[in-house]
Amino acid sequence: MTQADPTYFNEMLNGSDVRAAYESLERWQAAMPADLRSLKQHEAEQLFRRVGITFAVYGEGGDPERLIPFDMFPRVFTAEEWRKLDRGIRQRAAALNAFLADVYDRGEILRAGRIPEHLVTHNEAFEKAVVGMRPSRNVWSHIVGIDLVRTGRDQFYVLEDNCRTPSGVSYMLQNREIMMRMFPQLFLENRIAPVDGYAAALKRTLVSVAPPKCDGTPNVVILTPGQFNSAYYEHSFLADLMGVELVEGQDLFVDGDFVWMKTTEGPQKVDVIYRRIDDAFLDPLCFRSDSMLGVPGLMNVYRSGGVSICSAPGAGVADDKAIYTFVPEMVRFYLGEAPVLENVPTWQCAKPDQCKYVIENLAELVVKEVHGSGGYGMLVGPKADKSQLEAFRAKIEARPENYIAQPTLALSTVPTFVDEGVAPRHVDLRPYCLVGEKIELVPGGLTRVALNEGSLVVNSSQGGGVKDTWVLAE
Amino acid sequence: MKLRIRHVSTFAFDAPVKRLVQSHRLSPTDTASQRIMAWNVDTGPASIGAAFRDGAGDWTQTVSLRGPLETFTVTVEGEVETQDQSGVLRGHREHVPPSAYLTSTRRTALTAELRGLAAEASEGTAPGRSLDRAHALCRAVHDAVAYVPGSTEAATTASEALEGGRGVCQDHAQVLIALAHACEIPARYVAGYLMSTEDSVGAEASHAWAELHVDGLGWVGFDAANACCPDARYVRLCSGYDAADGAPIRGVIDGAAEESLDVSVAVLRDGQSQSQSQG
Repeated sequence: MTQADPTYFNEMLNGSDVRAAYESLERWQAAMPADLRSLKQHEAEQLFRRVGITFAVYGEGGDPERLIPFDMFPRVFTAEEWRKLDRGIRQRAAALNAFLADVYDRGEILRAGRIPEHLVTHNEAFEKAVVGMRPSRNVWSHIVGIDLVRTGRDQFYVLEDNCRTPSGVSYMLQNREIMMRMFPQLFLENRIAPVDGYAAALKRTLVSVAPPKCDGTPNVVILTPGQFNSAYYEHSFLADLMGVELVEGQDLFVDGDFVWMKTTEGPQKVDVIYRRIDDAFLDPLCFRSDSMLGVPGLMNVYRSGGVSICSAPGAGVADDKAIYTFVPEMVRFYLGEAPVLENVPTWQCAKPDQCKYVIENLAELVVKEVHGSGGYGMLVGPKADKSQLEAFRAKIEARPENYIAQPTLALSTVPTFVDEGVAPRHVDLRPYCLVGEKIELVPGGLTRVALNEGSLVVNSSQGGGVKDTWVLAE
Repeated sequence: MKLRIRHVSTFAFDAPVKRLVQSHRLSPTDTASQRIMAWNVDTGPASIGAAFRDGAGDWTQTVSLRGPLETFTVTVEGEVETQDQSGVLRGHREHVPPSAYLTSTRRTALTAELRGLAAEASEGTAPGRSLDRAHALCRAVHDAVAYVPGSTEAATTASEALEGGRGVCQDHAQVLIALAHACEIPARYVAGYLMSTEDSVGAEASHAWAELHVDGLGWVGFDAANACCPDARYVRLCSGYDAADGAPIRGVIDGAAEESLDVSVAVLRDGQSQSQSQG
């Protein structure tokens, strides 16, 4: 199994030697008899079912009762590797927030001509309703999920940013919990940085952005679309961990200057709403008037400083795929620093010369919809047959502005349990960066793994699974 | 010109309603063409809160009331000193970049017919002369859509109004917004009041028109229903992407009741005798 495929960076190997970070895991898997392995795999599945974590990651839809496969072989980052990622992730989260604060205020980056104005203001995710307002601490995206892939020893790329309500963090926490329960010995042999501080850090972050009109201990709630949402488990899990109420729109109402929660002891004022519903559904008096999920009048209370909404309505304009290209520019413009993390080179089909290149090289590229997510509506050129390529060519030519293209990245691999034993499988990573009074980052994230041999698509809707992600302590 | 305005909206519900929440933009702001001398919004026993000036410069406040309710009345009364600025919006403080108003909504979505009319109307006007083009588009809407009260509904889209060839001021405004977008001119919906005269239409209820962003001038009002630019007979209340987003009152009720709305607006010149029209 230690055979190295030189095309892809195998995170466990250095040449044909096992790296120090993986030594104990290599011994562990080699010593594990096949029957114990399947027993453990079964036990893990039972544990996941018992806690009820069966939703699709990243709001991909699909069967909400389906279990996302859990792979027991952890992914490991050394302290040194993580230091660089940590710096890069915090930097990016800070720049994205500075961008949001700017484009809803004076728009200096647009005036300076660094980003074309129409890409921002004439964008579905740009909310006219919040122009000129300043949320508490001027933070717009409080939980930033940054999707990363690795292509070499020191080479990481950011695939996309998620500034609205990135999901999946409950997997990060549960994967660790279950590994510790099943293999306590591994956690004695290795010094692994804990991730269980996430809930406390999230609560600190939310409390720290209480609105100006809040004069007591801030009352935080999580606003969910309800139990039919694919991430409902995560909403209730986080509410439990933080010790806050999980509410639906119908549990809240607006009266006077504030938002109130209906309780058996009468109305209770709400100060901070961690919402897991989209902007369009937040308030029928401001956005979609047919929304039954939101709270009528909420946006007026928000805009007059009576409540904080996390993430801020309008934050989505920073994670739009057309804006993604400019994030390194944001880092330079707002922070005056060189970007630590690189973007994947991206061709905008909206630009005729770049579109021409994309059409001519379709078989080598990955093509995505500008506003799409979840791996749907995506073309992986090298894996596509002739008719799929033709169909996509036609789609791009019909609506070029709807597509971007990127090179097919040689995603790194991590050893993964498969039927025949252990084999390398491709992975990505989503860490969750918290932005409030401070920027906080739990060491780790969610590793998704493409379980099918050779597959580069890690989405759970297309054969992806999840792994525990270790960051070794210094 | 000094105008006196009285605008009464009465909401009636066929079954008692548990709770009502409305967002109001019923207070005009001072601009070069209007100075507010006196203004009052009476919402009876409702609680008022969460008031602020939004990014588009409109004063916004929230009204909520616990039921059971069978009716709810909002009475707006005020006096405004107006001045003809040929439709140009001057002295209005706002932060929303004009380019944000290139965004279409379901109601102003472009179709081949709307694009066709825009192209036809702007023929012969130079692209650099956006004022000429805006006037041409306004005339084209006036000619293509006849003013026929009751011919359209609140949810009628620009495309539907053009297809039917009939509509009211809200339809004229939305068709004009769509045509402007077809010409890459930022455009928005404006709600307000119009003093009725013998040759004007649309003053029975609160009136609506469009503003187009014209190079060198900024926002300029165009009332396609009357084929003119707003003058001293007009009072501007608030704006938005379309009739829903630009409505002076947006509300929801908690309860399964059907809601009916009766609106009466009287805009009188100071000294004019009281004669109220019903909408």
